Amino acid sequence: MSARADILAAIRSNRPPGATDLPDIPVFTAGADTDLVAEFSRRLIQMGGKLMQSGPEGHPWQSARNMVAEAGVVCSMVPELPGNRTLVDAVPASLQDIDLAVLRACFAVAETGSIALRATDLGVNAVGYLAQRLLILLDPADIVENLHRAYERPEFHEGHYIVLQTGPSATADIEGVLIHGAQGVRALTVLLQAG
Amino acid sequence: MKRVHVDHAEGRSKSLAPDGPAPEREAQPRGARIRGNRPVDHAEAAERFLAASDHVSFHDKRLWDLREKRDRESHGIAEWEELRGLASGIKEHALTRLDDYLELFEKNAAANGIVVHWARDGAEHNRIITDILRAHQATLLVKSKSMLTEECGLRPHLEELGIAVIETDLGERIQQLDNEDPSHVVVPAVHKLRSDVAEVFARTLGTDPDNDDPAYLTEQQRRSNRPLILDAKVGLTGANFLVAETGAIVVCTNEGNADLCASVPSVHIVSAGIEKIIPRAEDLGVFVRLLSRSALGSPITQYTSHFRGPRAGGEMHVVLVDNGRTARLGMAEFWTSLKCIRCGACMNTCPVYRRSGGLSYGATYAGPIGLIIDPTYNRHKYSLLPFASTLNGSCTAVCPVKINIHEQILSWRRVMAENHEPKLRKRLSMQGAAALLSRPAAYRAAVDAGNAVLPHIPRFVLYNPVNAWGKGRDVPVVPGQSFHAWYKANRK
Amino acid sequence: MRIGLFVPCFIDMFYRDVGIATLELLEKLGHAVEYPAQQTCCGQPMGNSGFTAECAPVERLFERNFGGFDAIVCPSASCVHHVRHKSGIARGVADRTYELVEFLHDVVGPGALPPASFPHRATLHNSCTALRSLDHESVPELNVPFFSKPRALLAHVAGLELVDTERADECCGFGGTFSVTEEAVSARMGQDKVSRQEKSGAAFVVSADMSCLMHQAGCAARQGVGLRYVHIAQVLNG
Repeated sequence: MSARADILAAIRSNRPPGATDLPDIPVFTAGADTDLVAEFSRRLIQMGGKLMQSGPEGHPWQSARNMVAEAGVVCSMVPELPGNRTLVDAVPASLQDIDLAVLRACFAVAETGSIALRATDLGVNAVGYLAQRLLILLDPADIVENLHRAYERPEFHEGHYIVLQTGPSATADIEGVLIHGAQGVRALTVLLQAG
Repeated sequence: MKRVHVDHAEGRSKSLAPDGPAPEREAQPRGARIRGNRPVDHAEAAERFLAASDHVSFHDKRLWDLREKRDRESHGIAEWEELRGLASGIKEHALTRLDDYLELFEKNAAANGIVVHWARDGAEHNRIITDILRAHQATLLVKSKSMLTEECGLRPHLEELGIAVIETDLGERIQQLDNEDPSHVVVPAVHKLRSDVAEVFARTLGTDPDNDDPAYLTEQQRRSNRPLILDAKVGLTGANFLVAETGAIVVCTNEGNADLCASVPSVHIVSAGIEKIIPRAEDLGVFVRLLSRSALGSPITQYTSHFRGPRAGGEMHVVLVDNGRTARLGMAEFWTSLKCIRCGACMNTCPVYRRSGGLSYGATYAGPIGLIIDPTYNRHKYSLLPFASTLNGSCTAVCPVKINIHEQILSWRRVMAENHEPKLRKRLSMQGAAALLSRPAAYRAAVDAGNAVLPHIPRFVLYNPVNAWGKGRDVPVVPGQSFHAWYKANRK
Repeated sequence: MRIGLFVPCFIDMFYRDVGIATLELLEKLGHAVEYPAQQTCCGQPMGNSGFTAECAPVERLFERNFGGFDAIVCPSASCVHHVRHKSGIARGVADRTYELVEFLHDVVGPGALPPASFPHRATLHNSCTALRSLDHESVPELNVPFFSKPRALLAHVAGLELVDTERADECCGFGGTFSVTEEAVSARMGQDKVSRQEKSGAAFVVSADMSCLMHQAGCAARQGVGLRYVHIAQVLNG
């Protein structure tokens, strides 16, 4: 018998008695008048992320443009902020020298301060981890209240990859001291900007 | 690289500098002594851990800090207890229909281009991984944390075949370089002080032996691992959850190292225990809200990654592993231990674990969950573990999936007693105790003769009576009169 | 009520005054209290070590001694938890067995207690059994509304000032046979508990479980800490 057949047979013969129902998950919400932008911003910063203020009056993209201009090797999936290295057909390991990656988040979660990136948002998945820094554009209208709302979305039933990123890479494995930039990005900055 | 001060769950903690005059001088206490199949002596290893005062004092404070943060988060969510109930109910349902959900997962995963393998035990799992590596002529494997691969002994198996394995999780890498097992499911090197890590890295990575700054050490590991990740053809991750409805696997990390292992090499292998299955994508809302809050007191891990298929031009494999899980499913008192989502909250809250360290259990899983899982792998070798507990019940109260851990610990004691585990018999002569306690006249005679050294545990019960109690405590003073005698004189 | 007084073996042997305080308190409340002379133990030492078969003769003796009472009251949470939830003692007898605090709070009512005075600063120790198995207080790990039966009872004691101990819900390390099979960990847990109790500024430690207090008192004496350990019955009877 194959391992598959053996394992399934073992499960069937060892099944615990009294099957239980799959519970329905109720709707958990703090109410319609929660300020999602404020909650998202608070959690993002608590988790080590940064919030970029929109550029000066009349020039909403200016601060982002400055960041891109000051960076070294930049790749971008956002047409308004072009980089100097293409992601198209890039081999993942070749992205090791990317200083800044500019991406647009698919949606975000206020409860946790997370931004969601699909494979199509990343271009090449590895850029979200090999770049030294990330600049994430986020339309405030795309912020959902909590993880329950997030997991109701169709993106979790499509495509081959989606990640909820919450601030930069972190570790506290050595004596509980919090370090950012453990293995992944050293800094993650969000700019609230409609698409 | 700067150490950033933020109001992150971790960053909110108070300074946890170890006590003691010269912390860098204290040698790191090592784990339980393993002698073949002989019962692991947790108490002996715990005593050595306790003797290392700087290590134990830090370890205790660090993990209690995680418990406090967990409390802060859990008390901040009004529906917290409801979420625990849902998580428990979802897992129990999934386990009672495990075959259906595994088949559904396989069907959906395969439809998305994932190659699904099945392994009855650790050896079969290791063979499957080896075959994939050989098919790609890979002599290097980069991996993220997986307790399952610890169970299977994957690393020693591959290393014996000349395949280099690189742990990418910082805590796991420290432990790998020190040739020591991880001591905690979430923070594998929590038992080490920075001076211990500096010593290990200096010895193995050539770092500055006098620099024990965590930021420096972390950066060194990042630099040391990066070229290996870039070179690897195959990466392996564990899985926190397998979603039957979508054929997806979910991995939660703070470092992003699982994503590096999955997205840089062209081949991604996932090792997962069959009990990781959950039915629906929406169930993730419940589990992801509970996991990191329970583990670290943080609302979510920095990376929650969902893989549904290989990248263009790449390959993705999932190895579904039994390794004793189906046997455990058939144990009426213990099958609910399969609900475990490996958060480590029980370890953080356990006062015994905090003072003895995970390595004192001498098994893959330590702490409260270890006490109820390990005996299923080897009842004799772990026959003393269920006694490394005061049955205080804090573990049960923090468990996000409501496993009745402390009750299962007591059930294991009954199993050990019924199976006449010898080491146990040596330490507690319970048959003698029962004989005396069921005969009022004999009992009364023993009491009146002052023949008792401990309240609650008469002398005859113990193999090693007075010495053990008196080591760290004063023995209570025997008063002039028992209550029984007083009552007889004053009330009858 | 006709109450059978169950005095655990260690209180019988070492803490006669706790037994006396419990008896007097119940008598002051107007109950007919009897102490069956043939009682020995509830079987917990064997039961908690997994030796359930060995408990049987002890449990039959318990049933013979206590079968005829309206209620059985015992000043020990761990013993009552064992009787009600873990032992093989006949349901009829087990279900009528109360721990003292729960009897005074749930059956008598905090307002009906006789006046008492204890003009000292004290800290409360809830044994793990009392906390997590007998509903003495809301379980601190759970997100549930706060309540406390011992505090409700102690609120009526004149002059008593209660202060909090850090890590109040951390086990003190007694754990029955654990105190000798894992002596080093048990002693360290006890020492840590005593140090925190000392830091609270209390002069007394009050608890419904003498077994914990015996372990803590032993550690305190060894550490040279001058805390005094009393059972809640002694405070409420004072």
